[in-house]
Amino acid sequence: MADPLLSVRDLRTFFYTENGVARSVDGVSFDISAGETVGLVGESGSGKSVTALSLMRLVRPPGRIEPGSQIVFDGVDLTALDEKAMRAIRGARLAMVFQEPMTALNPVFTVGDQIAEVVRVHHAGNKKEAWARAVKMLETVGIPSPEQRANEYPHQLSGGMRQRVVIAMALIMNPALVIADEPTTALDVTIQAQILELLRDLQQKFGTSILLITHDLGVVAETASRVIVMYGGEIVEEAPVGDLFARAHHPYTEGLLNAMPQVGHERERLATIPGTVPPPTKWPQGCRFHDRCPYAWDRCANEHPPLYQIGGGHVSRCHLAVEPERRAHKHEPMVVA
Amino acid sequence: MTAAAPKSPLLSVRGLVKHFPIKKGLFGKPSGYVRAVENVSFDVMPGETVGLVGESGCGKSTTGRMILRLIEPTAGTVEFDGINLLTLDARAMRKLRRRIQVIFQDPFSSLNPRMSVGSIIREGLTIHKIAEGAAADARVKQLLDEVGLRSEYMSRYPHEFSGGQRQRIGIARALAVEPQFIVCDEPVSALDVSVQAQVINLMQDLQRDRGLAYLFIAHDLSVVEHIADRVAVMYLGKIVELATSAELYREPLMPYTQALLSAVPVPDPTVKKSRVVLKGDVPSPANPPSGCVFHPRCQHPAKDAACTQIVPPLEEKSPGHWVACIKQPPTGVDWSVQKAAGATNPPTRYLPVIETPT
Repeated sequence: MADPLLSVRDLRTFFYTENGVARSVDGVSFDISAGETVGLVGESGSGKSVTALSLMRLVRPPGRIEPGSQIVFDGVDLTALDEKAMRAIRGARLAMVFQEPMTALNPVFTVGDQIAEVVRVHHAGNKKEAWARAVKMLETVGIPSPEQRANEYPHQLSGGMRQRVVIAMALIMNPALVIADEPTTALDVTIQAQILELLRDLQQKFGTSILLITHDLGVVAETASRVIVMYGGEIVEEAPVGDLFARAHHPYTEGLLNAMPQVGHERERLATIPGTVPPPTKWPQGCRFHDRCPYAWDRCANEHPPLYQIGGGHVSRCHLAVEPERRAHKHEPMVVA
Repeated sequence: MTAAAPKSPLLSVRGLVKHFPIKKGLFGKPSGYVRAVENVSFDVMPGETVGLVGESGCGKSTTGRMILRLIEPTAGTVEFDGINLLTLDARAMRKLRRRIQVIFQDPFSSLNPRMSVGSIIREGLTIHKIAEGAAADARVKQLLDEVGLRSEYMSRYPHEFSGGQRQRIGIARALAVEPQFIVCDEPVSALDVSVQAQVINLMQDLQRDRGLAYLFIAHDLSVVEHIADRVAVMYLGKIVELATSAELYREPLMPYTQALLSAVPVPDPTVKKSRVVLKGDVPSPANPPSGCVFHPRCQHPAKDAACTQIVPPLEEKSPGHWVACIKQPPTGVDWSVQKAAGATNPPTRYLPVIETPT
């Protein structure tokens, strides 16, 4: 097998705050192959967005990527690059789609100018060529009458259109990997369906790899081929998408799947995960999920679980992998609301 | 639920309208109107949960706020327990707010950061002269306990709490005055999935224990299906479909509802959806389309010129199932009337198959 496009090894991103060191991303390793869509799921505070910012090298002080972390992209370790070299990659081979299209766009420039600027910054054409490419890209992302729209300002566009502009901006240099951080969270469900379809089409057309960060398991089920679940700054489970939904191994993943109300399912009581995600300055000892876990036993409070291999590319950071009989002993978790 | 004995509704909304004027300049005359809510009527029975769903700008929040009289309606009536709310003066309305409460979407901006949790919850008790002093303290503690928070939290401030805990505080505040009816405006939209489930369960428990009625406004259809007895779907200021939750999700008849339901991502990779992807955006409520407001985006195979002319009435297609579509039979809009408006396609039942497990 060829080398993966992106290979993250032991990524640790800490924030040095007044309240102590926030270990937001704490030893994350994963790969993304060319043309693959990987879903990264987790709740607020799980470390998924900081992972994305770290890959883009956009972590600002008091945060920093710790020494020993590796982000190998296209055979180059991004953590070793200076800002100038990084700038040549960012927006060109590696691009990002942000959650909030209104804040990701500059309100005082036309959308055409903003997309064309990306081309200009990367020395990929003169002013006229850049503009022509921008208009072409707007058409590709499904914006009607792109010549006219290119001359408009972000506030003149609807939320769905703005997100298409942000996607056009990310794709204009034909990147190898696009990191999409909650690209549809701010959108209505019918517009979300349009945008997800667009991302799928564009991926097929250009062969781009996508790292899709989301809290919505439905979005992941429909777009990703592999899923990574984060909790407490760590990867707690990783599996091919079908496997994850059919045989979730980690109690946190299981809890998330059960907590979702689903259209067309009978109205019973929703399962919940008691408590909340702990703050990144105070990850619990042992397994970081143990006080909210309905299976936890003494080992979980004392021994930090490694990522166990379950087979078929499925890994889980849970001692149940080696003591599966414990799954029969479900109980009330330690935590109280 | 469908064949329930005809009780009298707790809340009865009739012909509610809100037009916001579009003004040019400081003293300018309105140059037009944003038709945010257009002739909305529905009932909420005691102890019932009615869901109000739709996308941004469909008028669902404006409807909720008009019921609370946080926005004054342009026209229509809102009757609560036989009292017409819109004719009440400020004093009488304030008194009635003891019986109608609200839970807002954003647990960060809806709690005063300079008040302790205890005083936030106690405020309603004082204003409505329900309890004072030690009795009020005891009541606050009891309320915190009921919403699953420790009573020591009384003296803390909102910023010390997570989103889910703040939403519990908002619920305790609403419950303090023992209302019969709560308008819940996107109460779980800002919360993570696991926390969202906790809050939904709490709301259902409280409803069961206290016989509360809810108007549950949300854009998340799976949440609404879970919590609501009946659901009203809004599009461009109008209710386009109203049915029991089970019926609406099993047999959505309005083409817009069909598209909305099919757009919800399914957290099951073995299910392949044949999705109705709507083209374009919602038209501006300042300049809504003629006839059926959904016609420019409609996928009903019998759609024709009549849809651009005739405003479809909200009709009862089967018992308790109301739909605004002249192309879904049966319809009271006669074929002769439709033909006169340029119809070429007689009404035919259209129900796309949305989910097919592979």
